Amino acid sequence: MHIPDGYLSPLTSAALYAGAAPFWYVALRRVRAALHTRLVPLLSLFAAFSFVVMMFNIPLPGGTTGHATGVALAAVVLGPWASVLAISVALAIQAFFFGDGGITTLGANCFNMAVAGSLAAWAVYRAVAGNAPLSSPRRAMAAGLAGYVAVNLAALLTAIEFGLQPMFFADASGAPLYAPYPLRIAVPAMMLGHLTIAGLAELVVSAGVVAFIQRSDPSLLARGAGMTAPAAPGNGARGGSLRPLWAGLGILMVLAPLGILAAGTAWGEWAAEDFNDPAARQEIADASLGVAPPAAAPSGLDRLSAVWTAPWPDYAPPFVRSARFGYVLSAVLGVGLVILAFLLLERLGRPGRREGQASG
Amino acid sequence: MDRAREAERRAGTRGLLQQLDPRVKLAGVLALVAAVALARNLATLAFLLLLAVVAASASRLPLRLLVTRLWLGTLAFTGIIALPALFTTPGQEWFTLPGAGLIVTVQGATSAAYLLLRVLGAATLAFLLVFTTPWTHVLKALRTFRVPAVAVVVLGMTWRYILVLLQAAHAMFDARRSRTVGPLPGPVRRRTTAAAAGVLLERSMRLSQDVFLAMQSRGFRGEVHVADQFRMRPRDWAALGAFAVLATLCVWMGRQ
Repeated sequence: MHIPDGYLSPLTSAALYAGAAPFWYVALRRVRAALHTRLVPLLSLFAAFSFVVMMFNIPLPGGTTGHATGVALAAVVLGPWASVLAISVALAIQAFFFGDGGITTLGANCFNMAVAGSLAAWAVYRAVAGNAPLSSPRRAMAAGLAGYVAVNLAALLTAIEFGLQPMFFADASGAPLYAPYPLRIAVPAMMLGHLTIAGLAELVVSAGVVAFIQRSDPSLLARGAGMTAPAAPGNGARGGSLRPLWAGLGILMVLAPLGILAAGTAWGEWAAEDFNDPAARQEIADASLGVAPPAAAPSGLDRLSAVWTAPWPDYAPPFVRSARFGYVLSAVLGVGLVILAFLLLERLGRPGRREGQASG
Repeated sequence: MDRAREAERRAGTRGLLQQLDPRVKLAGVLALVAAVALARNLATLAFLLLLAVVAASASRLPLRLLVTRLWLGTLAFTGIIALPALFTTPGQEWFTLPGAGLIVTVQGATSAAYLLLRVLGAATLAFLLVFTTPWTHVLKALRTFRVPAVAVVVLGMTWRYILVLLQAAHAMFDARRSRTVGPLPGPVRRRTTAAAAGVLLERSMRLSQDVFLAMQSRGFRGEVHVADQFRMRPRDWAALGAFAVLATLCVWMGRQ
């Protein structure tokens, strides 16, 4: 999963450095505010631990072996933001000193494993472990699942980055300049190994180590479980602002029309009327390894597609003439709706509300 | 650990690159790696690889070292990945593989060559940097590129404790092996490996506390300073110019 130099175009590499940068910034602000002078030794030692644990060969059922990245362990023990930094440091040393992962692709590797991996691992761990006691077997299971999900998410992101290369970067003769496989090959090839061997190795190590810590020193799990003592007010322990993340979201919204550049049709996202349009039929056949679509739209698709008509079809309302502007408008509206939904959920789930109602 | 020891030893010899300022080497290598990433033709990629090999030999890094320590592994990994591209990349037919009936396309072969040359070129350049510069100097040179001081210190400390923890892990596995007779069943091996990782994790956290207290007792208050002790000499300026010319030339050559 460590992408070497040469597999990604400079543009993709730069975009992923830019994608990882706001997370590094927020992580550093938050971790520094929470740890103060402990930041340097704790991060260093944990990054060193992650590096060493990546070298452990884990015997897996079926006679094969695999190795873990330690990303779920970092998220469980240190929390998500310190994990982003610790795993990034381990990846940087691997890239510079051991040639495991490239220098130009370090941003991509950090984005996939350190950022997406840590945040996903932490989210899964917190969701599955809930408020279970530190010694509960549920926590070991949650850590294992977190590792499995984190590694597979990182692998999927890697596969997507590989798969985008031949679409955009080819020389004059049409030969791909970087990773040569399209998404339809890159995604299954990458995921096959990760859904089985690599994911299983991460699961075994994460669950096994958490189960071990539960027996020997459960206090190590307190930070990741959110059970540390709350910081004194005014010392900024909640850490830096989320402004860079909002800025990143804004940039992504502005970049939303990039999707227009993609050639061909999105596989499986066809409308019933596409089956009657010769040009659309050709695109479906091209995207399906040359297999021709059925002569008419399948009756189920035809019937069910009439059930719901989107108020805003094809990412552009009828009154917007420019497709690009329509995409940006859709991105803004979509993000706004998601934020609104989460704000409502947060209001509904806030414990103070129930208490307030009970007392009132 | 062997690699680290060998790199330190090679960085201490008196070759071409060893005598240059680490900042110049870092900037030069990064510029050439960028040229490798940007190149859009095979001739430029081959030229950059050749350049890296010549620089290695002028820096007393024998070709055998490059082949055994770097190229064999890289070729095995990327070769396996690049091989199917010969047949799956659509394009003009070049020849049919006798026996198997698989068609190799010109675009497929070109694409596989791009990938191999690019990976080998970039990896050889990075190898040059690490094997001609002590790691502590590479880290200090990073400061010139505005990498935050705290990141440089964390990278340096991580490197040091990787060696400490590796030694501890080795000792743990040796101790276990010396007390084990015959092969262990799979589930037991999984448990013992997880336990070893758990012990190492606890040890790391304890060590971080000890290191923190040691740092505090020596006056550490969270402010990080890195002493910059490098001084540019005429030959460093000349090397910087040469790197700039070569990188610009390669970017220009590789633009089409």
